[in-house]
Amino acid sequence: MIGKPRFVGFDNYAALFTRDIIFREVSWNTLIFLVSIVPIQMACSIMLALALNLRLRGNSVFRVVYYMPVITTIVAAAIMFQFIFDRNYGILSSVVWNLVERWSIPITPPDWLNHPGWAKVAVIILTLWKNIGFSAIVFLAALQSIPKELYEAAAIDGANVWHRFWTITLPMISSTTFFVFIILCIGAFQLFGESFILTRGGPGYATMTIVQYIYQSAFEFFRMGRASAVAWVLFAAVFVFTIIQWHLQRRWVYYETGER
Amino acid sequence: MLLSFSIPKRFPPLWQLVIWMLLAVGGIFMIMPFAWTLSTSLKAPGQIFTYPIVWIPDPPVWENYRQVISIVPFGRFYVNSLFVAICATTLEVMIASLAAFAFARMRFWGRDQLFMLYLATLMIPGQVTLIPSFLIIRAFGWYDTYQALIVPGVFSAFGTFLLRQHFRTIPIELDEAAQLDGASSIWIWWRIIMPLSTPGLVTFAIFSFLGQWNSFLWPLIVTSSIEMRTLPLGLSMFQSQYGVQWNLLMAGTVIALAPLLLIFLIGQRWIIRGTASGIPVSRL
Repeated sequence: MIGKPRFVGFDNYAALFTRDIIFREVSWNTLIFLVSIVPIQMACSIMLALALNLRLRGNSVFRVVYYMPVITTIVAAAIMFQFIFDRNYGILSSVVWNLVERWSIPITPPDWLNHPGWAKVAVIILTLWKNIGFSAIVFLAALQSIPKELYEAAAIDGANVWHRFWTITLPMISSTTFFVFIILCIGAFQLFGESFILTRGGPGYATMTIVQYIYQSAFEFFRMGRASAVAWVLFAAVFVFTIIQWHLQRRWVYYETGER
Repeated sequence: MLLSFSIPKRFPPLWQLVIWMLLAVGGIFMIMPFAWTLSTSLKAPGQIFTYPIVWIPDPPVWENYRQVISIVPFGRFYVNSLFVAICATTLEVMIASLAAFAFARMRFWGRDQLFMLYLATLMIPGQVTLIPSFLIIRAFGWYDTYQALIVPGVFSAFGTFLLRQHFRTIPIELDEAAQLDGASSIWIWWRIIMPLSTPGLVTFAIFSFLGQWNSFLWPLIVTSSIEMRTLPLGLSMFQSQYGVQWNLLMAGTVIALAPLLLIFLIGQRWIIRGTASGIPVSRL
């Protein structure tokens, strides 16, 4: 299954950064997923948490509904979305075709999973659908831990909803925001199941992530050395990224007890 | 007069309605894949693609489920998943709580440095150590065994960290009193610390279980035979073989998902509260 290892110095790393175009593509893909998923999920889950915090009618039902995808096995979730995005049988295509025919709009619905761009969008949608509930619940807990007196004081001072959000809510949950941000970024570096099941990394290599590339190199092509080099690069990327964020957080994260 | 000046606790009704509607639309989007999966799993092949969309198939084709169970050993996958998840969770909680107890309560040389080292491993994504872990498991001769599925997952730096934080909130005087009565460390751990940390332990156990149950990449690389497959793997295998027969594939997905969703609906309070409290919100 695996040949006898032979010492090659830094050849694996050199190959990655000079000759390996696939590595370049999967790194790009991972980066694209990171910069699209993280901000959208942060924004959506903060808004969702604010809405849930109002305790409107049916609040507990909403919480359950939004959290359901979180506990869903990624394989099952990806299969469900594969069907939704399917060109011929998918509910998305049928809705769009329906609209197209009724209003004679001159567009054709995309072949989601076989188009390099749309396939990425599909992976992003799946990831957001699956994970938003998690970050929303974390934010909700942070919102509920904000002392009510702050809002009361602000209301007496005449601050409106918008002011209170920017001057009380956001600063008070900033440590949670930082935590969620780091968790989501590390999660984005580690994307695997989403694209592995939904698109098999395709079309071509259009949705393949770094982790899937490690998997493919090591366990499909049995190039353990090359795969290990990719793993080290991934680790270095996560490490440097986290260290940078750790230093930047001092500028925007507020700790009530002061830096400890 | 001053009282009437008090706090606008609630949004104006109109805004509440708007927000409620947005929540509902989002909720429908979240539910839709499940509903569509369930609906398709009960359709005959000819009914899958119809205008307008049919949500409740008439008549429901229960035959799909019978067929899926006859071609795929889902029972075996269930047993594997349950066995692996229960063993791994039990071991993980035990080991993490013992380590957490040592870090929180015992004094020994280099304790804090060792703890920092533990925390540092949190920075290393599991995918990075995939290949060495695999090679070690293979060298042990554990490839395609339950040990391979269970053992590597039972050492949890995160769990150790989480439980240490919990243990530190328990007054040290309780330990000291027990020590005066001649109690051993193990006794203190099992009879004082553990019972007083039940919420933290339950939270950690739930999340450990969910993680084990849904784990995909690791079982994918350390198992090869059908008998060793866990539920996610079995489902993925089913998908690659029957990927075009959507009604069957969806029936398989429902079979794989239904029990977990049911358990979630029953225990949702615990699980959601766990997410909210299990993670150290104030400090990373």
